[in-house]
Parts: sequence; C-alpha cells; structure tokens
Amino acid sequence: MERIPILRMGEYLLVTIQVDMHDRLAMTLQDDLTNRISETGAKGVLIDISSLEIVDSFIGRMLGNIASMSRVLDADTVVVGMRPAVAITLVELGMSLTGVRTALNVDAGMDLLRNSLDARKDALYGSRIQ
Amino acid sequence: MAISTLNQNATLASIIEQHREAILAEWLREMSGATRRSDLLKESELQAQCSQFLDSLARASGTGTNAQAAAYEPLREILADISHSRAQKGFSPRETAMFVFSIKRPLFSAIRDAYGKDPSVMAEQMWSMTELLDSLGLFTTDAYLKSREEVIRRQQEDMLELSTPVVKLWEGILALPLIGTLDSARTQVVMESLLEAIVQTNSRVAIIDITGVPTVDTVVAQHLLKTVTAARLMGADCIISGVRPQIAQTIVHLGINLLDVTTKATLSDAFGLAMQRAGFSFVRADKRETKRD
Repeated sequence: MERIPILRMGEYLLVTIQVDMHDRLAMTLQDDLTNRISETGAKGVLIDISSLEIVDSFIGRMLGNIASMSRVLDADTVVVGMRPAVAITLVELGMSLTGVRTALNVDAGMDLLRNSLDARKDALYGSRIQ
Repeated sequence: MAISTLNQNATLASIIEQHREAILAEWLREMSGATRRSDLLKESELQAQCSQFLDSLARASGTGTNAQAAAYEPLREILADISHSRAQKGFSPRETAMFVFSIKRPLFSAIRDAYGKDPSVMAEQMWSMTELLDSLGLFTTDAYLKSREEVIRRQQEDMLELSTPVVKLWEGILALPLIGTLDSARTQVVMESLLEAIVQTNSRVAIIDITGVPTVDTVVAQHLLKTVTAARLMGADCIISGVRPQIAQTIVHLGINLLDVTTKATLSDAFGLAMQRAGFSFVRADKRETKRD
C-alpha cells in the first residue's frame, strides 16, 4: 500500500508530500504521523506540500486536523511551500486553516520551528537559570 | 397592370446600373455636408467605398429587398468593414449610419424618373427600397457598436494587466499598490500575481497599499481578506496600508472585521514594520558617526 514517508530529523519530523493526495492516503498519513509523534516524542512537524497541485476541501481539512492533532501531542506543525493555485483554491473553498502555521519554504519553516522550540525552552527553563 | 415582384426587383437593379454615375455623384454631394468628415476620411477612399456599396447593392437587389437574405451577405460584409474602420477612425454612430441613409435621395429620384408615369408602382418601389436601406442603416449601427465594444473590452484587459504591478521594495519585501475599484475579476488577477511574485522573490512580507482604491465596501474588504489569507497560507505576512480616515470610518460602520490583519495608515509605516519583521533595522548615517567618535 502506498504510504507517505515520515523522516526523523533530530527533534523534528519531516513529511514531504510528493504525490497527489487521495482520501485514503491522507487518512493513512494522519494515522502514521500521530503514531510517529508519540513514538519519537518529536517537538516539531514540518509538512512540505510544494509538490501538491490539487487540493479539495477534504485534504484541506486533513491538513488542519493534522496540525491540531500534533499540537495536542505537544508538537508544533508548520506547513511549507503551498503553491499559489492551492492557496487560492483553499481560500475560495472558505478554508483559511486558522491555527496552522505556514512558511514559504523548508528553510523558513525550520527557522520557525527552531524559534518556537527555543521560546518554549526559554519559557520552561529561563526563569530557573536566572 | 401590376408587374410581378421578380420583375420589380430586376428593374430596380437595372435602374441602379443605368443611373450608376448620376446616383454616385449625387450621393457624394449629399454626403459633403456635416456628415462628410473630410478630416477623417480621404475623398478617394469615400468614393471607392460608395461605388463598392452601389455595385454590391445593384447585384443583391436583383434577388429581392430582404436585407437578411443570403444575397445580401457581401453587402453586409462591406458595411461591417466600413463601420469597423469608421468606429476606429472616430466617426460618431450617426455619421456612420448616414453613409447608408444619404443614398436615399439620389436613389429615390432615379426611381421617380423611371416610374414617374405609374404612381402606385413608384410608391411600391420606394417603400421596399426604404425598408431595405433602413435595415442596412441599422446594420451599420450594430456593426459600429460591436467594434466599439471590442475596443472597450481590449482596453479593459490592458488596464487589468497594467493596474496590478507587484514591486519589490527590499530583499523579502513586496508591495502591491492598488489603484481603482476592486471587483472579483481584478481581485483574482491581483491575488494570482501577488502569490506568484511571493514564490518567485521568496518574500516573507507583502504590503498591499490601498491608497488608490476610492471606496472600500464589504465586497472589496472580502476580496482583500481573501488575498491576505491566501498569502498567509503560503507563509507570507500581509500588511494593508494606505487606509484613509474616511475608509477607516466606513470599515468600522460596515462592521468589517479586519482585526486579524495588520493595517497601517501610510505605506512608509507599513514598510518600517515590514523591515522590522524581516529583521532589518535602520540607523541614520550622522548618528552612527557620532557614536563612533
């Protein structure tokens, strides 16, 4: 069965969607990703959708759901590399994916994840160090 | 005593052919008044158009006087060409239609000469000719309007292209100065060109400047919010600048929620914020030197 690979990179998980998503693939990804987050205790998830050309309302909702689930499992999620046509389609469908963080490319997305992790660490340990 | 219609038509064509030169000369004289527009059209060109029209009319009128008939197809094409070129040269619709209507007097006088002895036939002929020329005249107006509309549509497209430039202000900062009313079609173009530019220039901040947008109603605000959301989905921040006091009042009175969007009064404020977000800071040159001392 077709699966979307989830790569581990230090404290982060990397998901690159290289094929067109269909509904079952999205459901599998949701399962796999939540399992991997709890297994690895990852602090951040980066989803690269720069190869994704077609979205519908279901895939849009899946992206939102995956982000919310990761947050429940204590991992930040960034969606990177959304194409203009995909962004326009989602907006026209009335899905603004509020709560999902976005970045232009993988670089910017990793920056965002590192910054938010640093901020979390500061908030946790910062007061104790002083 | 009544002659058959076929005969009538044949005689009409033969009248035109017989009196061709006289009709032509009379017609040109008829048009020499206000509708001539010698500033826009050369005498020789007009003459060529007239004789072409007359020849085609003579040929077509041999078959009947219904302007929609297939026999009138060449004549309609000639008229469409004439109307098209006149619309582009700047003739008014009236002047264009008068090209056809001014042939009535010379043509009718030729008919009168031919049927002077038989008033009922003359009346019949004149009536069918009037009907024919009227519908041809209306056809020129139609063709004129069509070519005008073509011009307007092309200009609209040009304006759509021209009015949505995306400019790069700094590394990673784009600006989109909007001028004119925002409708759905334009918003689509604006959104697409902005998003394409964001990808191409790898920009994190985009400033949408609405100084040139005359009014912001709920529809325009909706379009702006869509653009901002789409840019956010791609990972770019949007700042809306150039909000005039009246527009700020309208937005609040209409109950439009712009709370999720950063708005600034001027483009320079927005640029300052954008530089800050992109991680740049400004220092005035003379201050830096005093620091060094």
